[in-house]
Amino acid sequence: MNTAARTAVRSRFTLSRDVMQAFYRLLGVVLLCAILATLSDVFLTTNNILNVLRQSALLFLMASGLTLVILTAGLDLSIGANVALSACLAASVIKITGSPLLGMATGIGCGAVIGLANGILVTALRIPSFIATYGMMWMLTGVTYYYMAGETIHGFPPEFRQLGSGYLLGVPMPVYVMVLFLLIGGLFAQRTVWGQQIYAIGANPVTARLSGVPVERRLVLVYAVSGAMAGLASLIILARINSAQGDIGEDLTLPAIAAVLVGGTSLFGGSGTVAGTLIGALILTLVLNAMNLLQINSSWQPLVTGVIVLLAVWIDTRARRIGE
Amino acid sequence: MTVVPLFELRGISKEFPGVKALDDVSFEIRAGEVHMLVGENGAGKSTLMKILCGAYRADRGSFFNNGEPVTIHDSTAARKFGIAVIFQDFTLVPYLDIAQNIFLGREFSSRLPGFIDRRRIHAEAKRVLDMIGFDIDPRMPVHGLGVAQQQMVEIAKALSQDARILVMDEPTAALSDRETELLFAMIARLKKNGVAIIYISHRLSEVFALGDRITVLRDGSNIASLLPAETTPDQLVTLMVGRPVDTTYTRPSRPTPGAVVLDVKNLSGPSGFSDINLTVRAGEIVGLSGLVGSGRTEVARAIFGADRVTAGEIRLFGEPIGGSTEISALRGMALIPENRKTQGLALARSVGDNIVLAGLRKLFPSGFFFPGRAMKAARAIIEKLRIATPTLRRPVATLSGGNQQKVVVGKWLNADARFYIFDEPTRGIDVGAKAEIFRLLDGLVHNGAAILMISSEQIEIVHICDRAYVMRSGRIVGELAHHELTEANIVRLGIHQ
Repeated sequence: MNTAARTAVRSRFTLSRDVMQAFYRLLGVVLLCAILATLSDVFLTTNNILNVLRQSALLFLMASGLTLVILTAGLDLSIGANVALSACLAASVIKITGSPLLGMATGIGCGAVIGLANGILVTALRIPSFIATYGMMWMLTGVTYYYMAGETIHGFPPEFRQLGSGYLLGVPMPVYVMVLFLLIGGLFAQRTVWGQQIYAIGANPVTARLSGVPVERRLVLVYAVSGAMAGLASLIILARINSAQGDIGEDLTLPAIAAVLVGGTSLFGGSGTVAGTLIGALILTLVLNAMNLLQINSSWQPLVTGVIVLLAVWIDTRARRIGE
Repeated sequence: MTVVPLFELRGISKEFPGVKALDDVSFEIRAGEVHMLVGENGAGKSTLMKILCGAYRADRGSFFNNGEPVTIHDSTAARKFGIAVIFQDFTLVPYLDIAQNIFLGREFSSRLPGFIDRRRIHAEAKRVLDMIGFDIDPRMPVHGLGVAQQQMVEIAKALSQDARILVMDEPTAALSDRETELLFAMIARLKKNGVAIIYISHRLSEVFALGDRITVLRDGSNIASLLPAETTPDQLVTLMVGRPVDTTYTRPSRPTPGAVVLDVKNLSGPSGFSDINLTVRAGEIVGLSGLVGSGRTEVARAIFGADRVTAGEIRLFGEPIGGSTEISALRGMALIPENRKTQGLALARSVGDNIVLAGLRKLFPSGFFFPGRAMKAARAIIEKLRIATPTLRRPVATLSGGNQQKVVVGKWLNADARFYIFDEPTRGIDVGAKAEIFRLLDGLVHNGAAILMISSEQIEIVHICDRAYVMRSGRIVGELAHHELTEANIVRLGIHQ
């Protein structure tokens, strides 16, 4: 290395690589929309677009907290079961007290406590996150089934239902929640010390610890956030479908993981963005929406999702190799 | 007299985006010789070896096997010519035994199709191990072996594939003196059997003790081919660095030691050390010496708060401290760990990200992170330590060893550390960069910092330190003041009962 190379120190951090990645994905979404618009005249209608956004919102909310967990090279398999328990408890509280605010606090609080428990299992007991949250998933499902005993709770106050099915200026409420948490999540990950430390933990936990990063505390935080976001998502589902059952949200975990992966976050930790996850959620929702519009048998949907996940991860792996 | 070389590379060039790694390099290896390949980090040694073993493809150049032109386009081809590389980070499977590792992927099948003839594998493994004079039961699982023994298994594995050319990349880096002797004895044995060895080393003593010939690379070009008998160490270093270098680092005068910075009393811990007492004052470099495995690293980690302690007290600037790396870092303590790749750096992250990591809390007391300010801070460190990197964005993995080490130190400079623990700061760093690291230590203490330095090379302790503690079996067995600080005294305390 000569001295000329030394002086030419140019700008920017690793972050910008992630930003570029998100940008290319956004291009992909636009391209996808253009293709779909030519295939179906319904696609570009306001109604359909809003519908896609509303569906993406739920997926994104679940996946945004999960993104932070995956950034630390962990995994949270309990978010679907978390949604079920949080929704059922929130529904009970609303029914009993009649207060939507109390119910919302219960839902988010229940989610956060579950996440906290995951964090403690992962840090204090040193159980690998995959196993800790997998066990948690089963336990939560058991508790929820016992609590609900096959019953359904339905019929909530209209002001609460606004959260899921209401509109503001013609745009569904969940879309506002999505945008809000995109901003909060993005700022947290990219523009706070804690966010930077989370990336560092994902890249190398040993180095992070030996650099004075309180690794355990950050991990607990990340799992608690993932749980709280599941709690928030449970409220939106509850408000939309106006009823709670023991099996609500059960099938949401794997799509959320798919959104994170399609969004470009690496399962090995240390690289990815929250904005990418939103794009991932959009891509998955768009494709499923298009299949509905084109009246393709819905049995094909899981297969297509699988292909998209593999394709996205494959492209990322290629891009990284070329980047090196 | 002309000898047809066993293998020859002629006119090899290789370019990476933005870097000319090799420019018209020629290299030949003869049967039964130890051919030393030397050069600074980044000179192109590794690239050349990767081309030889088929991991990289050369852009230009030709290969000759026993004088016959051949091509090497992948590792299978290289293996066919008997070329094998003993990597620094071993590629053994921990839960298989020695014999299974040696014959991994080439197992002998038994008469029952699909099953493995274990007895034959063990017998063949024993034969290969005997050949290199390594007396060990081939049924031992690999995860219980030490670094030196794993290296022997790697070598046995290569020989079992009929290797005629062994490439060894700094094989003694992690070995004790005694293990190094055993390795050298084995190399002598291999030479006698006609095996050629390409030996990459940063240690001048090895180059002269072991080498039959020396090839020097600098900035991707052949600089010289030499015979050890006709060369002096100083000439060799000048060739490697490209300018005359004073390898005999002279210690500048040090400031008079100031207040006590670190005060450790009766420290014991479960990781294998007990009753440790030591102090470090401002403006002082204190050595922590002793054999590998005497507990030096464990003490360092405990002081930094990375490992648990069971008894004793640690005071930093008079305040009790311990048990938390976070608090240690905030109070101005720094640890530059022995393995910079796995403990000091987040390799996939950028140079800039790595530099600001430890100082995030100090740089951004509000908790909000501003990339602009972080970049400015990182750039200041890069200039101060003269870290050679084209951009802040570069993954830190792409830097040379010396520059990576500077990034680890820079991380702590940026965190305003006042007390530094250096654990083997010069491991795997070439001659020129070593002196630079020493000057860096000098600069730190001149600005009032205090340093505790661990090193396995006694000569380093003698040259750099103001005084030193010597450890043996988890205890401090002596303290040497500056006038007593000699290699002989360190060795006497470290080994003698």
